[in-house]
Amino acid sequence: MKPKHPTVICINTDWCKGCGICAAFCPKQVLVMNQRDKAEVVAAENCIACKQCEQRCPDLAIQVIKSPAKEEKEAS
Amino acid sequence: MSVQDYIRERFFPHIWCPGCGHGTVLNNLVRAVETLGLDKNEIVMVSGIGCSSRIAGYLDFHTLHTLHGRALAFATGVKLSRPELNVIVPMGDGDALAIGGNHFIHAARRNINITAIVMNNRIYGMTGGQFSPLSGEATTATTAPFGTIDPDFDTVALATAAGASYVARTTTYHVQEIRKRIAEAIVHPGFAVVEVMSQCPTYFGRKNKQGDAVEMLRRYKEGTVPLDKQPADPEKIPRGVFVQRERPEYCKRYEHLVQAAMTDGAALT
Ligand SMILES: Cc1ncc(C[n+]2csc(CCOP(=O)(O)OP(=O)(O)O)c2C)c(N)n1
Ligand code: SF4
Ligand code: SF4
Ligand code: SF4
Repeated sequence: MKPKHPTVICINTDWCKGCGICAAFCPKQVLVMNQRDKAEVVAAENCIACKQCEQRCPDLAIQVIKSPAKEEKEAS
Repeated sequence: MSVQDYIRERFFPHIWCPGCGHGTVLNNLVRAVETLGLDKNEIVMVSGIGCSSRIAGYLDFHTLHTLHGRALAFATGVKLSRPELNVIVPMGDGDALAIGGNHFIHAARRNINITAIVMNNRIYGMTGGQFSPLSGEATTATTAPFGTIDPDFDTVALATAAGASYVARTTTYHVQEIRKRIAEAIVHPGFAVVEVMSQCPTYFGRKNKQGDAVEMLRRYKEGTVPLDKQPADPEKIPRGVFVQRERPEYCKRYEHLVQAAMTDGAALT
């Protein structure tokens, strides 16, 4: 079953330079490099919101927005 | 505040090459500042010249982009005149330890309350891949086609010997560490040095057959260990906090001197 409010992964394709770092180190294979050499989300439902992609991106081109449910669980 | 609130978005996408580690340092430096909840107005960033030094232009703090190797000299002036501000100095390995080596050791000797970040890609990126004092023997560079014969400095040992009171090392693979170490360095009341090993895929990577940025990050992951685990893995480069000690801070001592001179000038002569 898919979560009701899945984590949203926003990729700014104007800033992404296609280095592949986010895709290579994502522990859940959520991201791939597409034919235009930009990062692309292919399996958002597997994302564990670890934010490694967001924090390693040299171009500030990824933002991971956790589902409200996840944020709440972590805060408690 | 979010990361976007600390950057000058109008200059993005930035000028650095695809996969350049300097962008990852910028990313996590901002997160360190965010963690500390510092106001942008409380921070002065002073940089020299180099790919690494461009970082100052992208951040929405008070920023000074000065001369190659001289960032710490300008920063010393800023800190002495406005000691209440947090002064952060990002430098390349050439900027910090080749042309700027003299300023570096004397800032450490004085223990002035400045945060120095050495973005060590072991090469001169901006000028086309010449070797630096941190390249190390047998490294290939534009100016060393057969490999350099120069031994390298160890940033941590040099900073420690010169008197820095906080000294740490990490890499652009270990992003959580960058955030923590820079935050600790900013809070530390003395000269704090954080060396971040940062990949230059364009020159260092290509000249030394180290592969692309992903491959270079794998090398950081596999070729370094936390300081306490290093005895079991002596071949690897240690990461962590090497020095955290108390020493009299320069601006404080200067302030005491001024006060003493004002109240009892005669006693000083
Ligand atoms: C006084 C002076 N000498 C030399 C230069 C040329 N120069 C510009 S950047 C640089 C070195 C850059 O290497 P580094 O500091 O390691 O930073 P990186 O570009 O690798 O991030 C040099 C030699 C200069 N700008 N000013
Ligand atoms: S790490 Fe950033 S710049 Fe590199 S491919 Fe991913 S989104 Fe693009
Ligand atoms: S947050 Fe973690 S799991 Fe989700 S895409 Fe990024 S690296 Fe992968
Ligand atoms: S030349 Fe090297 S240091 Fe300079 S931007 Fe490119 S990858 Fe980064």
